[in-house]
Amino acid sequence: MTMAETVAGASTPLLELRKVSCRFGARPDLAARIAIALGAAKPFPIIHALDKVDLTIRKGEVLGLVGESGCGKSTLGRIAAGILPPSEGQVFWKGEDRATLRGSRQRDADLEAQMIFQNPMAALNPRMTVEKLVAEAPGIHGLIKGSTGSYVDDYLTKAGFDPAMKKRLPHQFSGGQRARVNIARALAVQPDFLVCDESVAALDVSIQAQILNLFMDLREQLDLTYLFVSHDLGVVEHISDRVAIMYLGRVIEEAPVAEIFSRPNHPYTQQLLAEVPRIRPGKRRFAAMKGELPSPLNPPKGCHFHPRCPHAHDRCRIEVPQKREIAPGHISACHLNDKQAV
Amino acid sequence: MTALLEVRNLVTEFPGEAGNGLRAVDDVSFRLGRGEVLGLVGESGSGKSVTGFSIMGLVDWPGRVAGGQILFDGEDIARADEETRRSLRGRRIAMVFQDPMMTLNPVLRIGTQMTEALHAHERMSATAARERARDALGLVGIPSPEERLDAYPHQFSGGMRQRVAIAIALLHRPDLIIADEPTTALDVTIQAQIISEFQKLTEDQGTAVIWITHDLAIVSGLADRIAVMYGGRIVETGNIEDVLVAPKHPYTHGLIRSVPSQNSRGHRLAQIPGVTPSLARMPEGCAFRTRCERATDACTARPGRFGDVLAYHRCFHPHEEALV
Ligand SMILES: Nc1ncnc2c1ncn2[C@@H]1O[C@H](COP(=O)(O)OP(=O)(O)OP(=O)(O)O)[C@@H](O)[C@H]1O
Ligand SMILES: Nc1ncnc2c1ncn2[C@@H]1O[C@H](COP(=O)(O)OP(=O)(O)O)[C@@H](O)[C@H]1O
Ligand code: SF4
Ligand code: SF4
Ligand SMILES: [Mg+2]
Ligand SMILES: [Mg+2]
Repeated sequence: MTMAETVAGASTPLLELRKVSCRFGARPDLAARIAIALGAAKPFPIIHALDKVDLTIRKGEVLGLVGESGCGKSTLGRIAAGILPPSEGQVFWKGEDRATLRGSRQRDADLEAQMIFQNPMAALNPRMTVEKLVAEAPGIHGLIKGSTGSYVDDYLTKAGFDPAMKKRLPHQFSGGQRARVNIARALAVQPDFLVCDESVAALDVSIQAQILNLFMDLREQLDLTYLFVSHDLGVVEHISDRVAIMYLGRVIEEAPVAEIFSRPNHPYTQQLLAEVPRIRPGKRRFAAMKGELPSPLNPPKGCHFHPRCPHAHDRCRIEVPQKREIAPGHISACHLNDKQAV
Repeated sequence: MTALLEVRNLVTEFPGEAGNGLRAVDDVSFRLGRGEVLGLVGESGSGKSVTGFSIMGLVDWPGRVAGGQILFDGEDIARADEETRRSLRGRRIAMVFQDPMMTLNPVLRIGTQMTEALHAHERMSATAARERARDALGLVGIPSPEERLDAYPHQFSGGMRQRVAIAIALLHRPDLIIADEPTTALDVTIQAQIISEFQKLTEDQGTAVIWITHDLAIVSGLADRIAVMYGGRIVETGNIEDVLVAPKHPYTHGLIRSVPSQNSRGHRLAQIPGVTPSLARMPEGCAFRTRCERATDACTARPGRFGDVLAYHRCFHPHEEALV
């Protein structure tokens, strides 16, 4: 099967999020807790990190997730990987509600989805050798049939890391090498689905290219599905089949990659994509988007984007725009799409 | 007319374990005119920041400028005393760091920090200083600057902190600003805001800029000239269009081709094999030799500069044709 067939011909989605919300209570310090208990201060506010997100990921595809810092990408990624339970809504893994899974089904689901974290150094225990790091999880779960050594070598090789260096500690390696260890570690439990959270952000361009190529090769070899979180539009454009754009806890637009870059619909997407970094000789004016991402503690009413939107009108300040399919597979949540329909 | 800045054969060393000097900056030469923007690019560890610190006179001990000249407005400041350095820093040469907290003091109000910076080089009343500070915040696009003067750095987002740091760098209308990856940690939207403020200000004030980054896309839209560093050396420099269209050095060539772009969707990216060696293991001769496809025996000798100070490369077998 070619990649295109895998994407188009998939029937049950691998992962489906339905009306998923996630709230965090900001953690009050002791003094604040006392003040709250005595009624001297208001209880600490709630952060709405995700607000009724619907998202489907089909088997074999790479879904790129883009948005400004703090908009909820990592939170969504953690829920997709099954590391964080949603406050509300449902997560379906291969057609089954994750919250209802028990026993070996739950364990399988946990192993089948793996996350590669934002900061490769923090993710690796500094006192464990590379070999132990990679062997740990598959060892616990009884996935290693033959010798541990050759199992580890196999996955390190898949991740482009020389197994001869496996007795060393993480701090003895460069950022790019640590990224490879992290990837080997995730692959070693034989997942179907990888959530890559800013996995190449900290790397130099030449190393980033090596790791992006590795992700593409692994996808072919191991039939992997990816949720690829990045704030780098050039990287997302390169690696994704489909792209979802987030703004302040909501997915506001999603479409196939070529479609979204050539015909962005949502005013936020339009402004965001105007800034795709391209090597284009010749001076250009860098244009500034008005304002900054508002605080998730106190999101604007109606359409979250209205304070920065050049097309905002009265309705936008009151009513949350609903998602609409404006072209096949192209979904956008903006009131302007209603006007054009009538 | 003399150039605003001319760096000649600059060498900056840190002591190595074997007692030898490790050259973080190795025979670097370039020239910068007033109002010009030079993009200084390269991978982490290639010596971009140390080049900036050397010009600022801020190289951390036991590092030291071990050779060469830094002619600022015709005067060699490479070995100037701390007094001279301090009077230049902030007033005529300013630096913006990747982490704005290198500039900002977390326990002081923004307004206090800005007026202190002003009083360091100029005599003026408290009211006048506060007005200048307020105007500077307004210039970099901070909303309600008057009230913001009383805020502490932690009350700002990362993007706003960086804008405050830039406002401080611009306070004395310096002749030269060294911006060390000032937008690397920021979102594209905020990055575009900051670069656009920078563009406006430098054009209005005729400030020369050294923009240090590993992001070729930014440099391509912002700089007049580019210098590409590898292993402490400038391996290629020239007019931005010339270098991006027809890079001569194999490293520049590989770097440009490894950036994802709309043409590469779904395909493998060109990749430079291997990793940058650490300073202590830099190969003799051409430092790029261990990763270079074009390397021959000739490359065990050290390539000199081919070209003049404004446009040169250091390669025995340069690419001749333009990139497609
Ligand atoms: N454990 C937590 N406790 C409290 N608030 C949290 C927690 N995790 C995330 N948040 C908040 O939820 C919101 C979304 O965070 P998230 O990490 O998902 O953002 P992101 O889009 O991944 O940002 P970045 O691009 O900076 O990584 C933010 O306002 C963040 O501060
Ligand atoms: N204070 C220091 N002590 C020792 N070595 C240093 C110091 N600062 C920088 N170096 C070394 O100098 C080289 C160039 O560093 P730097 O200029 O910071 O690189 P970059 O191009 O990423 O800005 C690196 O090998 C770095 O490890
Ligand atoms: S709903 Fe209104 S404010 Fe929101 S993006 Fe559309 S036009 Fe702009
Ligand atoms: S001098 Fe030789 S090794 Fe160095 S870049 Fe040129 S061809 Fe490659
Ligand atoms: Mg994140
Ligand atoms: Mg640096």
